[in-house]
Parts: sequence; structure tokens; C-alpha cells
Amino acid sequence: MNRFAHLIDRIGYEPRRNAKIRLMADYFRHTPDPERGFALAALTGALSFRHAKPNLIRGLMAERSDPALFGLSWDYVGDLSETVALMWRAPDPELPAPRAEPDGGAPQNPGADARPHASGADGPAPGIGHNNPPPDGEPIAPEGPCPHVPALSEVVEGLATAGKSELPRLVATWLDALDETGRWALLKLITSELRIGVSARLAKTAVASLGDIATDEVEHVWHGLEPPYRELFAWVEGKGPRPEGVNPAPFRPPMLAHPVEDEDFAKLDPALFGAEWKWDGIRLQAVAGRDPEGRLVRRIYSRTGEDVSKAFPDLVEALDFEAALDGELLIVREGRVQSFNVLQQRLNRKAVTPKMIAEYPAHLRCYDILAEGGEDLRHLPFADRRIRLESLIGRIGAPGIDLSPTVPFGSWEELAEARRDPAGAGAGPDADAIEGCMLKRLDSPYLPGRPKGPWWKWKREPFLVDAVMMYAQRGHGKRSSFYSDYTFGVWRESAGGPELVPVGKAYSGFTDQELLKLDRFVRNNTVNRFGPVREVGYGPDKGLVLEVAFEGLQRSGRHKSGVAMRFPRINRIRWDKPAGEADRLEILERILKKGETGQHPLGGAPAGGGA
Amino acid sequence: MSGMATRAADLLTLTPQGLYCPGGDFHVDPTRPVPRALITHGHSDHARSGHGHVMATAETLGIMAVRYGADFAGATQTAELGEVVRIGEVTVTFVPAGHVLGSAQIVIEHGKCRLVVSGDYKRGRDPTCLPYRPIPCDVFITEATFGLPVFRHPDARAETDKLIESARLFPERAHIVGAYALGKAQRVMALLREAGYDRPIYLHGAMERLTAFYKDHGVALGETPRVAPDDRAKLAGEIVICPPSAIQDLWARKFPDPVTAFASGWMRVRARARQKGVELPLVISDHCDWDDLCRSILETGAEEVWVTHGQEDALVHWCLSRGIRARPLHMLGYGDEEAEGQAGEAAAGAPDPDGAAADPAAADVAA
Repeated sequence: MNRFAHLIDRIGYEPRRNAKIRLMADYFRHTPDPERGFALAALTGALSFRHAKPNLIRGLMAERSDPALFGLSWDYVGDLSETVALMWRAPDPELPAPRAEPDGGAPQNPGADARPHASGADGPAPGIGHNNPPPDGEPIAPEGPCPHVPALSEVVEGLATAGKSELPRLVATWLDALDETGRWALLKLITSELRIGVSARLAKTAVASLGDIATDEVEHVWHGLEPPYRELFAWVEGKGPRPEGVNPAPFRPPMLAHPVEDEDFAKLDPALFGAEWKWDGIRLQAVAGRDPEGRLVRRIYSRTGEDVSKAFPDLVEALDFEAALDGELLIVREGRVQSFNVLQQRLNRKAVTPKMIAEYPAHLRCYDILAEGGEDLRHLPFADRRIRLESLIGRIGAPGIDLSPTVPFGSWEELAEARRDPAGAGAGPDADAIEGCMLKRLDSPYLPGRPKGPWWKWKREPFLVDAVMMYAQRGHGKRSSFYSDYTFGVWRESAGGPELVPVGKAYSGFTDQELLKLDRFVRNNTVNRFGPVREVGYGPDKGLVLEVAFEGLQRSGRHKSGVAMRFPRINRIRWDKPAGEADRLEILERILKKGETGQHPLGGAPAGGGA
Repeated sequence: MSGMATRAADLLTLTPQGLYCPGGDFHVDPTRPVPRALITHGHSDHARSGHGHVMATAETLGIMAVRYGADFAGATQTAELGEVVRIGEVTVTFVPAGHVLGSAQIVIEHGKCRLVVSGDYKRGRDPTCLPYRPIPCDVFITEATFGLPVFRHPDARAETDKLIESARLFPERAHIVGAYALGKAQRVMALLREAGYDRPIYLHGAMERLTAFYKDHGVALGETPRVAPDDRAKLAGEIVICPPSAIQDLWARKFPDPVTAFASGWMRVRARARQKGVELPLVISDHCDWDDLCRSILETGAEEVWVTHGQEDALVHWCLSRGIRARPLHMLGYGDEEAEGQAGEAAAGAPDPDGAAADPAAADVAA
């Protein structure tokens, strides 16, 4: 467990892709079976435990700590696993260890050996006996002395087989035995979210690098393999045959587009390109193929190669063909594509209920075909693939799968016109879910990665509004512990004169340097605290103006202002601008009205935007 | 009881400039210029220039002179540790706080009421300054920079051992260690020396003057040459200490395949290390961790605790749950030692600790 913990710990600090691959490859090379296989399973997200869930961790923590302190800590750290890993250890973490020992235990829990006793492992306590845990950075020393540090395989086995009632005790015992890094890794396994910047694809690339094997080859044999993947490692290391059972529904890395800039158009010949709408959904790959027994295997992959089939059973059912399709996940109700706000309701749900499926039916709008009936089509020109795609979609006739239409155009000016007004250019009511155009060279093969030239994305210009920061909250992940989520408002008239009404919340668009300044602004201008939320000072002559960019507006009953923004982000920080000069709610009303009358008020900075 | 509390509140009040003692007509660590200031230690968020009269330990006065020039205040008065000095109606005593060289707690007494302003303090071992001493008192005023139970600092020596080990493992890479210019940098160096590391430790220009000041005060730090810009490419396998802001600068890129390290209590939280692009986090703090904050409060026997800044909510909650009266002061302007790191001692005698700050180019030139 320690080796695995240190691997993912180190990868987490490593920004460089190739270095991540090297670290993983090095681990695989020097770690025996079955440990490395379970590590690979964890890295590819192939582990899932029925009873070991985040709730279990929260339960254990509730028994051992003051809920208020746990809540504050969690809010600060922004990550459940890490919070628990850091807080765990003393019987009563908020009591100083030395002399409070006798009455320190959680009184309501006499469960004798649930009390952690790390003392044995602490070794000679420096100085006054407080300065604590055994050094975390000891990758080489295999296992600590006294308490039994579990092996990764033991942990995986235990989590998979232990009954619901015995799990808490088992996990607590492990937590007591592991160091902070080990605890963190264990908890990451339980929450099944490593979040260390490694995709399934990258982990497979590391495996492939052990031998002279292409990552695609690993993808092909992946299906039918189970943790701990002994045959796979034997094969890539040249010690065994290629595993049987080629994956009939493998993931293929997607082709990505570059944003097109105005000056690029002079160099691009419109006759060589086709255009499609750029849908505001989630990129997916839907693959179906037959295994040796003739059964149809259906898979849905995210753009990074995670198998997300479980989240979209309705879509999986519709994959009644043998092909690999590239397309956009959308929610379609009564023939009309819903906005991204609606789609979000369907995302990131662990359990997919029939009600959810009925209310948010998943839909795949396809724009490319990568393989059909075992034939790899990626080398074909886009125009030829498009013909194959149209023909296949016509044959399937599934209601949940359709074709992303092409946008006809003769010149870039014509396409600009269509991009400005998708509703008028054939998209009709679906225009709400369109965020621009895609340009694809008709003669381009399907190339993995982001090659420059063949594919371009031409996003709509965002709307801009000057708003005033009102509240701030701490962020998560990369932004953890900084005040990085900002609620902002615009002015409106009220009985008591002009007042700010919140219109949205943004947590991106600024640089790390700017974040430091924003965080300091929040801390130095806090006037109120509501739990994790801080209210900052604002008014006609004080406050911070944020230029907010957003993609669209919707009416919303949930917001006091009656409007909700689509993808708002901080475009610029207007340290120079007095808050009294920020925009007024009427500007948003105007944008909303234009949107509702069908003409998208796009292009340039709309009313009130800009400097 | 409440009588005592009222007296304490009269003894020390909160003003826009910071904590103020009406009985002695002085401020403690004021964030803006005042006629009379008592200063706990030399970090720029506590020790600012421009006061009429400053009382502090000799070391703190020396540090302020290094940073702001000899004329940093109208007049100065050296506080001898442990000496009881009368100021107006109160007496004050400076007692070691263990934070950085010269750092002190300030004990304020009037009649039977005793208040301790601890400033920044720590309990972990530090070869570069006198250790913290617990002072029994009625009201204990503490910071809470690391006032959450997720903060438990490991033994600092184990952290510098990690650094030495990494330098040994990667002889082809330079190790660039971000550390605050006052205190942390010298503590890291002293710990490296204690562990037997005897190679030169290279310094960014912004570290030089305070390091020399420490050496003048008898802290053995060995050979600490300043990095010459042209030599950077030759420092493979060496340890270089620079202000935290410099680890992501162009300045740092000129070293051979640099490993970026950062010595700070914040490094306990992974996300904080990642935010800074730190590959080798070193959890070394000059502040108390959670256990030490709690222990220190108990050891003072204080009936009442005021929390100046940091994670006030959690520490106040802990006090209340132990039956100790406590309140957060939500004081602004403290806890930005980092800004001090950026301010750099580079621009000699730069008067404004926060202003001139973040100009990496200037630091680069000066380095």
C-alpha cells in the first residue's frame, strides 16, 4: 500500500505528462503481481466497491471527531479523503495528546480497539513529545514496524469482500496503521476518485511503454481482462502471449480542434472545409462490437477514455450496431435540444434512476465514425467518413442517436452569418444548445490529439457585463482554500435607491496571480461571514468590479434577479472601475428579450459590455 | 470573572491600527504608523516602518533596520527579555516566542490582570532562535494561522532530510527551495547543517542581508554564497534558497532541470502545493500546528482567548467547547509573510514592504 500511495502522491505533484508515464512505468516495472495490477485497476478507474463508499468515511470521522471542526477542515481542504487523512490519528484529534490521554477517547464509543494507537510507530518523540507522525516520505522502507500495514491487494480484496457491518472496523484498523499518505491513498480508493491527473488512457500508455507496444494495442486487449491483469503485464514484458479476447469495443483517442482566430481565415480556403454546429454538450465516443461468442459489447467512453457506460444505460441500449461513433451528448426533449443547464442535471450522478432517464433522456448527436464492422475508418478523408456516418445513422433509426447536420456555406462571411444566427441558419429551436461552428477539412483523416490545421472551432463571442463582487467562497481541487468562487451582482432600482442583485457565480477566467489578489481582496474586505461564505464590502463607492463573460442567459425562478447565466467566467478584473459604474439589470433583460425573439444578439460586445 | 474580562477589554482594545493599550498609550504590531508601537517580531506584516517610537528586542530592531533603513522609526527602545518595564499605567515584559530570531511575546499587566500578546509563535525546535516560553495569564491573545486539526506539522528535520535525499537522488538537477526571507530560510539552512549537509547553500540575492544578520548574531549557517546569474546553469545537485515568489519565476528556470521545493506549513495540504507548482513540498512551519495551539492555550491557564487572525473559527470553537471564553478579532493585515518574501530585501532599503513587492524582474536583476 505504501508504494502505491507514494506513487499516486508523487504523480499528483507532477505536472509533466511524460514524467507521469515514467513514474507509473517505473512502478509497474519494480512492483510484483498482483500489487501492480490492482494499482493499474485503481489508476484506470476499474475498481468499484459495493459497500465502501464516501459515507463510510464520513461515518468513521463522525465517531472520532468534533463535527464542527471536521466541517471547517473539510471546507478548508476541499477534499474529503485528504481532510480525513490529515485529521485522523489521535483518539480525539482536537485534544493535545500528551496529558489528555486518560479521558481523551470518544466517550460514546467504548469499542475498545477502535482507538488508534500510533504511539508505537512514532519512535523517539522529538523534544516535548508532540512533534508527531513518522516521516511521511519513506517510500523505500517497505512496511512500518508494529501495526500491520496492509498491502494494496489486501486492501482491494478487503474492500470488495468485507460485509457492510465489518467494513468500518476494517477500514479504521487500516487507517490507524497507515501514515498520512497511505491513509489518503486508501480513502481515494474508497471514494474511487484519485484525481491525480491520470486518465485511463495515460495509465495504459505507461503499461504499453513497458514493452514495445502501442497504446492502442493495449486498448484492444483490455476488454476481457480483469484486475490484477497478470496476462497483460506478462505480454507487454515479453513473458507471455498476447491475451485472448480482443476488445470488441475499444476506445480510440479523439481528434480535437484548435480555436480559429480572425487572422486565420485569410489562410483558409472555404472550399476545402465542411462546417457543423458546435454543440454545447459533452463529447462522447459510442462503440459497439461483437465478442468471439457473437455477443454485442456496447461501451460509452468520455473523451479521456473513461468508460462511462453505467451513467447512460438508455444510450447504451440504443447502440444496436457495430461501429465506433464520435458525437455529442445532449438532452433532447420532444425533439428539442435542451440547454447545457439541463444536461448538467444528468451528469455526475452515481445512481441513474428511471425517473432521471425519463426526465433527462440522453441523446447522441454524431459527427464522425471511426470504425465500422471491424474496419478502421480513421485513415479515410472526412468527406468519405461523413458518407459512411450518414448511411449508418439512416440504417440504425434509433431515436436517441442522430446526425449533426452540416451547415452549408460558400464563403467565410456566409458562415459568420450562420454562426451569428444559428436559429435562422437551420438550427431552429436547437440554437440554444449551439456554441459556434466547427470547421473540418474535407480531406483530413481522423488524427488523435490536436493536430493543427484540419479541425477548427469557432466559438460564439461571449456576452460581457460589468458586475460587482458580493460574496466569495473557497474553491476545491486546484483552488482549494482560496476564495475563488465569486457571486456577483448588477444594479437595479429599488424603493431605497439602487441596489445590487446577484446574477451569477464564477470561478474561472483569472490567472493564478490574479487569484492571489482576489483572495486577498476577499479576506481584507470581508464584512460578513455565513458559514463558508464571506460577504465582501460593496456599494456605489466601494467594491470590486468584475467584467464577466458568459455564453447566454435564461430566465430562472431560482435566482432573485430572475436570470441565470450560462458559463459565466471572469473576463477581466476592473480594479480601476468604481462599483457605482457597474452595469444594470436592464442590460441583461435586453439580452434576454433579444434571445427570446429568436435573433441571437451576438458578435462584438453587446450593450453595456466592454470597457 | 466578568470583572476580570471587563478589565481585560479595557486594558487592550481593537482600533483600525491594531491592538491598542490605552493605559500605556501604545499599539502592539500596528498595521499603520502610530506614535508608539511595541513590536513582537520582524516580519513585515507585524513590523512596519514609520512609527514615532518603537520598542522591540534588539534583534527585531536590527531586522527592521536591515529592511527599512536605520531611520525606520522616530526613536527606538530596546526591550530586554524578561525585564519588566513600566509604560504609563501598565507594565510590559518581552518573553521569547520561538517564531524567528528576536521574536517575543508581550506581557501586559495592570493590577491583577495579565494579558499576553503572543504575536506569531511556535513550539517546534528551531536552532536559530530562543524557544517559546508559556506564560500563565488571564487573557491569551493568539494567532491561528494553522488553526485547523488538519494541520499537524511533522518533525522539521525529517523534512530537510527529504530535501537532502532528493538532492542526492537527482545530482543532475538543482533544488530550488522557496522560503520566507526572514526566519524560514535561516531555519532551513541551520537544519541542513545540523543534518551534516556541508556543501555550500546558494542564496537568492533577496536572502542575503538577513542571512548575514543571522550570522552576525551567532547562528552558524556555513558557506552561503549568493547565486551569480551566470552560474545558475552550473548548480546541478546543489540546494538554492530563494523567496517563495521566485520558485516559479524565469529566474528559477535557468537552473538545470530545477526541482521546486517550498518550505511552509501550507505544504501539508496537497492542493496548496499543487497550486504553487511545487514538486517537493517541505512541511516546515514557524507557526504552531493545531496541537500546539491547543496545548499552548491550556498551558497559559487563560480564562479567555482572543484569536487575532488565521482560522479563527475553529480555534474559537475548540476553546468554547473546553469552557474557555474565546472570541475572534478578525484582524486584517496579518498573515501575509509571503508578501514579505516578495518584497525582497533586493531593493536596498525599499521603504514600502508591500508595494514594490511582486516585481520578479527586479529580483532577477538584483540576484
